Amino acid sequence: MKSSLFGFLFAMWVLMLVGGGIAVTLLGPISISGFGESSWFIGSVIKAVIAITLVVIWILILSKLKNWIFKKELRS
Amino acid sequence: MIELIPPVIISCLVAFFVVFFTTPYMISFLEKRNLTVKDVNKKENTMIARPGGISIIAGIIASEIALYAFLQKNEILAILFVTFIAFLIGYIDDRKFRKNAWFKPVTLAIASIPIIVLGTYDSNLVFPLFGTVQIPVLYLGIIVFMIPITGNTINSIDVLNGVASGFMVIASFSLSICLFIVENYEIAIISLPLGFVSLAFYRYHKIPSRIFPGDSGALALGAMYGTIAIIGGVEIIAAVALLPAVINSFLFLSSVKRMVEHRQIKEKPVEHTDDFRLKATDAKTAPVTLVRLILAGGPLSEKQIALTIFKLAIFSGILAIITSFLMRITL
Repeated sequence: MKSSLFGFLFAMWVLMLVGGGIAVTLLGPISISGFGESSWFIGSVIKAVIAITLVVIWILILSKLKNWIFKKELRS
Repeated sequence: MIELIPPVIISCLVAFFVVFFTTPYMISFLEKRNLTVKDVNKKENTMIARPGGISIIAGIIASEIALYAFLQKNEILAILFVTFIAFLIGYIDDRKFRKNAWFKPVTLAIASIPIIVLGTYDSNLVFPLFGTVQIPVLYLGIIVFMIPITGNTINSIDVLNGVASGFMVIASFSLSICLFIVENYEIAIISLPLGFVSLAFYRYHKIPSRIFPGDSGALALGAMYGTIAIIGGVEIIAAVALLPAVINSFLFLSSVKRMVEHRQIKEKPVEHTDDFRLKATDAKTAPVTLVRLILAGGPLSEKQIALTIFKLAIFSGILAIITSFLMRITL
């Protein structure tokens, strides 16, 4: 189990790096115009929604990974 | 740089020795007033003084005030306010003024307000390898979520003798090293007392514990860690260094699927063998925790489990240091 836990930690770290990359690539260029002074706020809200969606996907992947590791360990 | 050496030395010495010398007095003070709890992982009926959060907060306040005398930075004030509010929230729980499971996350979110009011944050979120993203609105949400998350993760890992304080020693010194690597020297210096406070407290908290930090101690340590992450602009690095504790909270929440206090759990995740080692239970409804996962391979002593958690913390610390080097590279 101990080595699986180190693997799980490493997988979390890789997911964070990849998630960061997606966030910067996807969220960075988003810029809304045409709403006057509210443009930055609307752009920021859109970025927030995408970021939260990414976090939810990240949690779902981790949850599947956790179940897989734990079940594999209990079977062994 | 050289002018920063005296505040570093003085604040670290103050942090360490205030906790080191006040904790024994705290232990006898709490024992005399019967403010003790049973150590459930000991065969004998062992009662341990709690909460040790008072000496922890004394060390943090004294050292950060000493630093403020040299640096006069709002970031130090933010740490003082947030950490003290988190300590008070934990103290309310320690004194058994029982609240529901949402009390701590909600009040800890409120505790983060000084960071916003003092303006001690940068709404640019820096990612390793990929650079920066500007998220002014979302970042306020990150601040409000960060303090409850770091506070509660440290609190939730405080399940065995010495684990919370020992884990904080490793995580906070890793974070300080990372702050030096990303050349944020002033915040690195401001962060150092957290490691020294944790180290001094570990002296009395390690197996066999003479004192428990309680919610007041664990929340104060966690909230200070979260505040450093925000004011230092090293949120991602801080999350990496904290990964074992984050995993513990994540496993717990994803298995119970709601906010719940540990004392409200009906099926315990671990139980004792005849020789009082710990083993994972077979109960299907019991929450999955980091300790339960570690014990899936077979029964272990409390000391062996703590050692495994520290190894995981060191591994995360190394990943955090690698991450901080990656911060200096942009693809």
